[in-house]
Amino acid sequence: MKIMELTHVKKSFADATLHVLKDISLSVEKGEVVAIIGPSGSGKSTLLRCATLLTDMDAGELCYDGIFAAKNDENGRAVYADKATLKQVRGKFGLVFQNFNLFPHYSVLKNLTDAQIHVLGRSKEEAEHRARALLDKMGLGDRGSAYPCELSGGQQQRVAIARALAMDPEILFFDEPTSALDPELTGEILKVIRALADEHMTMVIVTHEMAFAREVADRVIFMSGGVIVEEGPARQVMDDPKEERTRQFLRNYQR
Amino acid sequence: MTLLTMIVKLAEGLGKTCAIFFLTLLFSLPLGMVVALLRMSKNRIVSGVTRFIISILRGTPLMLQLLAVTYGPYYLFGAGVARNKLIPVVVAFAINYAAYFAEIYRGGIESIPVGQYEAAEVLGYTRLQTFVRIILPQVIKRILPSITNEVVTLVKDTSMAFTVSYQEMFTIGKQIANSQTSFTPFLVAGVFYYVFNGVVDFAMGRIEKRLNYYQ
Repeated sequence: MKIMELTHVKKSFADATLHVLKDISLSVEKGEVVAIIGPSGSGKSTLLRCATLLTDMDAGELCYDGIFAAKNDENGRAVYADKATLKQVRGKFGLVFQNFNLFPHYSVLKNLTDAQIHVLGRSKEEAEHRARALLDKMGLGDRGSAYPCELSGGQQQRVAIARALAMDPEILFFDEPTSALDPELTGEILKVIRALADEHMTMVIVTHEMAFAREVADRVIFMSGGVIVEEGPARQVMDDPKEERTRQFLRNYQR
Repeated sequence: MTLLTMIVKLAEGLGKTCAIFFLTLLFSLPLGMVVALLRMSKNRIVSGVTRFIISILRGTPLMLQLLAVTYGPYYLFGAGVARNKLIPVVVAFAINYAAYFAEIYRGGIESIPVGQYEAAEVLGYTRLQTFVRIILPQVIKRILPSITNEVVTLVKDTSMAFTVSYQEMFTIGKQIANSQTSFTPFLVAGVFYYVFNGVVDFAMGRIEKRLNYYQ
């Protein structure tokens, strides 16, 4: 069953700093883990932002669980659905940012409960119960009353993952979740994502951690210059790429 | 006139000084937010007009604005001058300070990283919820030192109400000084303003401290 489907996405920016998408399609099955790799400026993050409604596509269709967030009109321009539909669609996914974007004025616990209460309408008890279970799972059971500024980068990112999970998304996107971390802290985040993969959480991960992508992802997508150059089972793409550009990119990483 | 009588008379005026002070804050703090939001409007006409009005309010003397609000209606429409001068005084002060607060709010709002909006949007907060729950609390913390500055200035600016003969402390001080040919009432008034600002400083410091629970 497809959870998310993006079809024929086109996006260009006025200032043309090369973050352009040229007719990209991507669909994700339930329980699937997809890694998106590629050089910077290849459009990976833009693709993720289009999928999470943070950036409007010029053309293309976006559908979650059968609900269309955007459809092309007869001129081939993407037209977005009404507010209520978009709200429903936003409930389907979560996003973990490169630089966490936790709310600094809220405690860790409140970061996890506030949206549950004010967006999903859960009771305070229910929200806190869910939040505490997730914090325990992230190994942060004792940090609920701390503020984000008191945590290490790795801890902050784990809180951000817990915050996204607290909303019970059907699919979770990660935008370079370890890129803002010191090398010795990336391990703890990768461990958390690996654990989620073992639970068959549906995930799309934009990453520069090649070994991680190879190990955790079911499918790897290699993007370059705003197009998908190659995609396939993780090991096949990483160990035996068919395209010369993929080979070149991976070779640069092994050095 | 003994010093004690002077102090008592000035203290009576202090009540009216406080009235200007608190009423101005009461109206200008929220009004400033409205002005800031209009100033940041995506509609160019709205933001342009607001910007122009702010530039006038900040670019002309408050004293002139006081005179304009108090006597303008008389010169323009032949309307009577308000008997209770507190009304035009507070109107002039509130509008003037709203312009300054608006620019402080705007700076604060624009300093919040876009990631905060994006995180809130992805979590499903409405735009109003995002502003009230996520953005505004962070803005308040950031702008508090600038607000304190303005509030301290306001304490002293209340003395400008003497230009329209509103019987606040400075006006009374000037009257006593004239009738007694003495500088003492000004000195006493100065002490009152200084103490008033000490209280303001203390109160604002307390609020800043309370918001210091995060970086």
